[in-house]
Amino acid sequence: MGEWKLINANQAAAHAARLARAAVIPAYPITPQTTVVETIEEFIHEGIMDAEYIRVESEHSAMAAAIGASASGVRTFTATSSQGLLYMGEVVFWAAGSRLPIGMVIVDRAVGPPWNIHTDHQDAMSQRDSGWIQMFVSSAQEALDSVITMYKVAENPEVLLPFMVCIDAFILSHTYMPVNVPDQAEVDSFLPTYRPPHWMLDPDLPVDMGNLVMPMEDYMEMRWSIHTSMEKAKELLNQISREFAERFGRDHGGLVKAVDLEDADVAIVSLGTLSSEAEYALKRIDTAKTGLLKVRMFRPFPREEIIKLLKDKDVVVVLDRSISFGHSGPLAMEVRSALYGIDEAPKVVNFIVGLGGRDVTYKDIVSMVNFAIKVPEDEVFPCYWYGLKDRIRSLRLKGVI
Amino acid sequence: MSESKEVEMVLPISYPSPGAMGKTGIWRVFKPVIDLSKCIKCWQCWLYCPEDTVVMEGDHPKIDYEYCKGCGVCKEVCRAGAISMIREGG
Repeated sequence: MGEWKLINANQAAAHAARLARAAVIPAYPITPQTTVVETIEEFIHEGIMDAEYIRVESEHSAMAAAIGASASGVRTFTATSSQGLLYMGEVVFWAAGSRLPIGMVIVDRAVGPPWNIHTDHQDAMSQRDSGWIQMFVSSAQEALDSVITMYKVAENPEVLLPFMVCIDAFILSHTYMPVNVPDQAEVDSFLPTYRPPHWMLDPDLPVDMGNLVMPMEDYMEMRWSIHTSMEKAKELLNQISREFAERFGRDHGGLVKAVDLEDADVAIVSLGTLSSEAEYALKRIDTAKTGLLKVRMFRPFPREEIIKLLKDKDVVVVLDRSISFGHSGPLAMEVRSALYGIDEAPKVVNFIVGLGGRDVTYKDIVSMVNFAIKVPEDEVFPCYWYGLKDRIRSLRLKGVI
Repeated sequence: MSESKEVEMVLPISYPSPGAMGKTGIWRVFKPVIDLSKCIKCWQCWLYCPEDTVVMEGDHPKIDYEYCKGCGVCKEVCRAGAISMIREGG
């Protein structure tokens, strides 16, 4: 079923918005996201998509418009990158706090200065605590399928939170791959029309959203409610991903995807396209039995799966395409905290790689794994920068290999 | 909600009602007072009051001092100059 097309992940995301019948698209261009909203505009122009396309004046306005549209009770979609996401930041939090299941594609791009349009996860990481569900993908097909799957998760009456599907800039956004674009009828039978079960803007019953509260009022209860819905989203994503796999015949995994992990002694953990490169590297590692744990959902964080799948490993190698300055890579922090307190917990070795789009090849991943195996057991919080220029490496500084 | 309810929606939603923020009349520094002998019943004060505290009483406007914050918009829009702002407690 469906139709095979040779498209990139941005076009795949646009097809997903069309197939999900997103009814309002507030659009503001930014490289490398622009072709997502451009492709949607073409669909509307060609008459194959029925949506209100709003050419807003900024990303801040894009999300504000998305909030208004979603609050009026329709499925809403937008996309952004890097500086655009940062500028949108204030209203990103408002979308989650208002419990509106807006869909957004983030084409992950480095944050300036200096200007850099290439891939890096720092933009998405900056919104980690916004209350948005965050999913990282590693193919154009997975981008398309995840947007459709995530609407179903996000619109569940026990979740009602917005979601980001994070696509690596250029490696996915501008790389053409064969993608199966499902039929509209297939998607319609999987994803029902959005009917807000909680609240909506209705002239016959005026509501006030986000009114001032005092510390003794419900602010803290609302935060607790977002948190519990996030936890619920984990269970639902696994369940809905299985349903998707049964109907469409494609299984990208749930919260995580494990490859050759069961009897491995070493595990590589990563997000996005670093995972597909790591999967390719697995067969070329001859020093230890190595498997891969691709983390698909970063928020909510799949700590139960991390514990279950990694607790018996000897070494866990975490690749981070971003840096939380003054500490370590954000993914490594989460993996370490999940494994804390477990008897004979694995040694977690973090590598900061590929910032600003610097290439990370399977050969690099093989050498990082080989290095990690030799890191002494008693080394506190191993975190290494891999791939810095020789000029820096020759200084033989701590944490640089 | 599904059967195994583990989540309780707590929403930042409120429904408008008089005095949702308490008796806001105590915020007032200047009190608008209508001289009904000058009032021409044009209802501009009723139309412009941002807090809906100018009400129609019979054929003339009346200010609800429990909620009027004393912003003075009614005085500014009064075509007859019938409203004056008097300092509270003065």
